[in-house]
Amino acid sequence: MTVLTQSPARPGSGGPPGGGRRLVELVLRARELSILGALVVLVVGTELANHRFLSGQGVKDIFLNASILALLAVGQSMVVVTRNIDLSVGSVVGLVAFTTGKFASGGDRNVVLVVLLGIVIGLACGLVNGLLVSFCKVPALVVTLGTLYVIQGLDYKIAHGEQIGAADLPSSVLSLGNDSVLGVPYLPVITVVVMLMMGYYLRSYSSGREFYAIGSSPEAARLAGISLRRRVLTAYLVSGGLAGLAGVLWLARFGTVVADAAHGWELKVVSAVVVGGVAITGGVGTVYGAALGALLLTTIGSVLVVLKVNSFWQDAITGVLLLLAISVDRLLALRVTKALKQRSLESGVHRDDGSAPPGAGPAAGSAAATAKATKDEAPKGKVS
Amino acid sequence: MSAPGRSTPPTLALVNVSKSFGAVRALQGVTLELHAGEVHALAGENGAGKSTVVKTFAGVHRPDAGEVRVDGEPVAFNGPADAQAAGVAVIYQEPTLFPDLSVAENIFMGRQPRAGLGRIDRRTVHAETAKLFRRLGVALDPQQPARGLSIADQQVVEIAKAISRDARVLIMDEPTAALTGQEVERLFNVTRTLREQGCAILFISHRLEEIFEICQRVTTLRDGTYVGTDKVEDLTADDLVRRMVGRDLDALYPKQDVTPGEVALKVGRLTREGAFTDISFEVRRGEIVALAGLVGAGRSEVARAIFGVDRWDAGSVEVAGKKLPAGSPTAAMSAGLALVPEDRRQQGLVMDMSIERNMGLTQLRSLRKETGRGPLISRKVERNRAADWALRLQLKYARLTDTVGVLSGGNQQKVVLAKWLATEPTVLIVDEPTRGIDVGTKAEVHRLLSELAAQDLAVLMISSDLPEVIGMADRVLVMHEGRLTAEIDRADATEESVMAAATGRAGTGKAA
Repeated sequence: MTVLTQSPARPGSGGPPGGGRRLVELVLRARELSILGALVVLVVGTELANHRFLSGQGVKDIFLNASILALLAVGQSMVVVTRNIDLSVGSVVGLVAFTTGKFASGGDRNVVLVVLLGIVIGLACGLVNGLLVSFCKVPALVVTLGTLYVIQGLDYKIAHGEQIGAADLPSSVLSLGNDSVLGVPYLPVITVVVMLMMGYYLRSYSSGREFYAIGSSPEAARLAGISLRRRVLTAYLVSGGLAGLAGVLWLARFGTVVADAAHGWELKVVSAVVVGGVAITGGVGTVYGAALGALLLTTIGSVLVVLKVNSFWQDAITGVLLLLAISVDRLLALRVTKALKQRSLESGVHRDDGSAPPGAGPAAGSAAATAKATKDEAPKGKVS
Repeated sequence: MSAPGRSTPPTLALVNVSKSFGAVRALQGVTLELHAGEVHALAGENGAGKSTVVKTFAGVHRPDAGEVRVDGEPVAFNGPADAQAAGVAVIYQEPTLFPDLSVAENIFMGRQPRAGLGRIDRRTVHAETAKLFRRLGVALDPQQPARGLSIADQQVVEIAKAISRDARVLIMDEPTAALTGQEVERLFNVTRTLREQGCAILFISHRLEEIFEICQRVTTLRDGTYVGTDKVEDLTADDLVRRMVGRDLDALYPKQDVTPGEVALKVGRLTREGAFTDISFEVRRGEIVALAGLVGAGRSEVARAIFGVDRWDAGSVEVAGKKLPAGSPTAAMSAGLALVPEDRRQQGLVMDMSIERNMGLTQLRSLRKETGRGPLISRKVERNRAADWALRLQLKYARLTDTVGVLSGGNQQKVVLAKWLATEPTVLIVDEPTRGIDVGTKAEVHRLLSELAAQDLAVLMISSDLPEVIGMADRVLVMHEGRLTAEIDRADATEESVMAAATGRAGTGKAA
């Protein structure tokens, strides 16, 4: 039983041993690369049409605007990876932006305190979502749709028609949104740091991998002894906390905040996440992709403004992009599964003729022949 | 290895365990002891409580009464994690892998070797996985995603998982149901090695010959109660069946002799690129024709194409002299075709729907009020019809409004059969009609098929179970690599002749 280890790579038939993996990795990277490619094409094309597009201010604006969306996308992708969704983030941003604004304008508050308050409010919202989804087993879509409206209502009640003005805010808060460190504004720095931390955690930590496991197969995760409740609750806490942080950044960036700040952003965030390659069915995707998706959507918005396209088209284009992303995902998934099956068939062949113990049955040789023949007969271009 | 000494307490045991789900008593006073260095079989018909035993050992279910003991000490498993910590590894009937994660990650999920700062040590994970695969003698790539693995390879991954945990108890719930002979042999080799290393193993299979091949002792359950534990060498297959069924089994293959009538299904030079080529055959009324071959020979694909689920590229299909259009199940159904698919959970049933709704699904048209003309469905007719079929097929159920998910495998298969028989078909295609079904129900399904054929139904039966093919078919068609390689009459059909044609060493029988 310790025989074998014949290298499956054989001249003339099949791919290298890592073929399946490489294919998948390629596909996954292809998503991030293709977003980058789209970004480059978009930026270069627009620059050719309008030379002021790549001016310092234009680029800075894109990054500032994308930062908040990307931050939300990072939190959202954590939830989506576990096969859930958080639709309440837009409302949380609105609530936090207003309440922290009110708090900050009440006196010369320390900016750290403002940020902490925002995160705490966000965490509280995430806790409610997380408890309802993980402990009460209510579908995430319904729970967060409900909290979306509840939080929005709360926000309107607190705001009572008022608005926060930049003039009322302490300068330390405003500088968070508009100043730079070494020429790079704080906002993108914060987002990138958060993104890298989350990405590293999800990839390299045992508990991080469990989020993917849960999304990939909740039943298998349960049987593997993974605490689904705790992880799902954590995902919502992260999403809520990051939405709280995003709310403070919103306040800092715009200064002027009305009650319905970030109204409808939840769908923008989900779009960014899906365009960024996080599967809505869970288990697949990275926070980097989600953040890139946010950057792409924001850039498209800016490009349309520069090209003087009616802003109505922005939503339509976002929609088309979303459909495109999902269709491509579906298509790729089918292709990949097919290719993987093919490969496992081939490696099975090698295993058989490489290691079949004597007397393992007459089927060995001909099973190999079957598989080979099937492969040869397969129409060209079907699995490419 | 010496026989396990009875002086040491069993590694894992159930003592007098009872468990109920609502009104259903799944287990009553079941005792089962697993000893180190022994493969213990758990036998019983579908619904006898085998899966409940597995899930109790796995920490998924907690017993209502009685104890679970580890090394003689009572324990309370509060979840799968506790059972795993006690050294229990379970390979479920359906592999439980994470399709999106790599094979290596699947094996080490939750127990990844750590590097500095608690990070996962990826290199070690992959190296350890490769080592495990070498030990098991398989050539899988640790970094390949679990998606797309064959069932056999998925099981290898599950076994690797169990070994990497240094499991003291390995529980395998029907691991061989979807494996080919050679893959079963590989599994058995691994099982023997583990046993010699002192692992306690619980093995569940419907294939009795496997129990006799690999197990030392066998515990039998019937309707959730404990029947007894015996040494395997003290039993014959008939003894075991009697214990499981509680009565002498009628002939397992009660095939009635029939005189075939007119041609009901005529398939002419049917071809679907990449799946099968040039398939021609006829099935007459009253005949059971088996379609045999190795897994992957294209048998199910032919059935799917005939029924219109997949399109065909060339050829023709005629039902009772009427040509069918390609790719239209609706047309196939109204022409009198019925297809009982291979995978009843995925394709045959809507698991969350009630028994009566599932049975009614194929006849929504004739279930309408005002004798099939109104827009509304008559629930009364639906219920009556379902009750009628449940009676005719001897379905075991509590209420017709129960979801089919709560039924045992054999009873689920009966619901699928009822659903299609209710359409009053001329031709019934059954794909692996008795896979994963216990012997008792198997015999019932066989008798049913035989009766149906005697009532002038044409039956095309796809089966990988050679005794079933030989025992039930009037004629055997054999496929190899997408082509028909032989047509063998009942009189000439033996396991050898069918196998020879299925592996492409034909020469017997006339080429179709």
